[in-house]
Amino acid sequence: MLDFLARLFGREEPSGKQAKERLRLVLVHDRASISPHLLDTLRVDLIEVLSKYVEIDEDALEVNLERDSDAIALVANIPIRRMKPSTATRSVT
Amino acid sequence: MSGRLTDSNSGQSYAGKNKVTEDVATSDVPKDRQNKTGRVIVITSGKGGVGKTTATANIGTGLARAGHRVCMVDADVGLRNLDVIIGLENRIVYDLVEVIEGTCKLRSALIRDKRMDNLFLLPAAQTRDKDAIAPEQFKELCLELAQDFDFVIVDSPAGIEQGFRNAIAGADEAIVVTTPEVSAVRDADRITGMLEANELYAPKLIINRVRPEMVRRGDMMDIKDVIEILAIELLGVIPDDPSIIVAANKGEPVILDSKSRAAIAYDNIVRRILGEDVPPMNLQQEGLLERLRRLMPSRKAN
Repeated sequence: MLDFLARLFGREEPSGKQAKERLRLVLVHDRASISPHLLDTLRVDLIEVLSKYVEIDEDALEVNLERDSDAIALVANIPIRRMKPSTATRSVT
Repeated sequence: MSGRLTDSNSGQSYAGKNKVTEDVATSDVPKDRQNKTGRVIVITSGKGGVGKTTATANIGTGLARAGHRVCMVDADVGLRNLDVIIGLENRIVYDLVEVIEGTCKLRSALIRDKRMDNLFLLPAAQTRDKDAIAPEQFKELCLELAQDFDFVIVDSPAGIEQGFRNAIAGADEAIVVTTPEVSAVRDADRITGMLEANELYAPKLIINRVRPEMVRRGDMMDIKDVIEILAIELLGVIPDDPSIIVAANKGEPVILDSKSRAAIAYDNIVRRILGEDVPPMNLQQEGLLERLRRLMPSRKAN
């Protein structure tokens, strides 16, 4: 009954939808053989590299694996606060 | 009890009962079947308890009823169950492992169904280990069976180990059974990947135990969701139906119970396997309560 009320007022997604969303995520990892731990490490490394060039909002940075029908993509959303002044002159290596 | 189960004259007749043959399970391969090969279909799932054995029993029985020569192979060595689902448990003399080891001839291990004389079972060994056979041996067995039968339906064990690898070794086609639950769908995806890695491309999906009223409430993934997630072709949907349990209790495949909704669903699957274009069945059998619930405002949330 509580479930029903919660849903009635739009507070909770139906569990079927939750199942679908959770599965979608877990299968992306299963298929790519990338564990959440690996993704975390990747995130940390990404921040490190990117910080050389730009000042990024680390808390808002999102790194995810996404999938459409059968291709898997690494999708990162990286909010930039500002470019670092020295970027233009810094060597890429 | 055992008397009833071993009674071969149940008096029913089906379309598949087309010719009377001798009591020897498979008499010599008929001339016109030599060099012809049947389709070997493995039924698999990854997760246990989703209905592989029930699917095997019903698809096998349905194909036989349509007039085809069918052999069902129980590849679940050590945990055999197909025999009891179709009510042939009292007739087993030899088993799969004994055939492979050469203790007996293939034809002496085959058990003829008590309802249809063109339907056979090759039972799994109950007291042996899955490692008693190797994939190559299983493949050879499937090839031999395909010489004599139009369809060889292999009931795979759960899991992804040796037993599963044996079961898929000789298959030309695969059917993946799942239920609309997260664990079953996840395993179905793993299995699909493994089938493809073993060159069994484009497996087909059966979604079992769908409860339309839960789907309507939003508390169960619907068919569209599951197909979208797994991205494989749908073969059919089986509604959750108490008559499946009743049928298993009696040792009679549910497809023979013309009043059951699961029987209609399995019959559709059989017809699709045979190449017919069958429209999806309407799973919803609305009761008064459901109809009322459907009219309630909470529907918007779904």
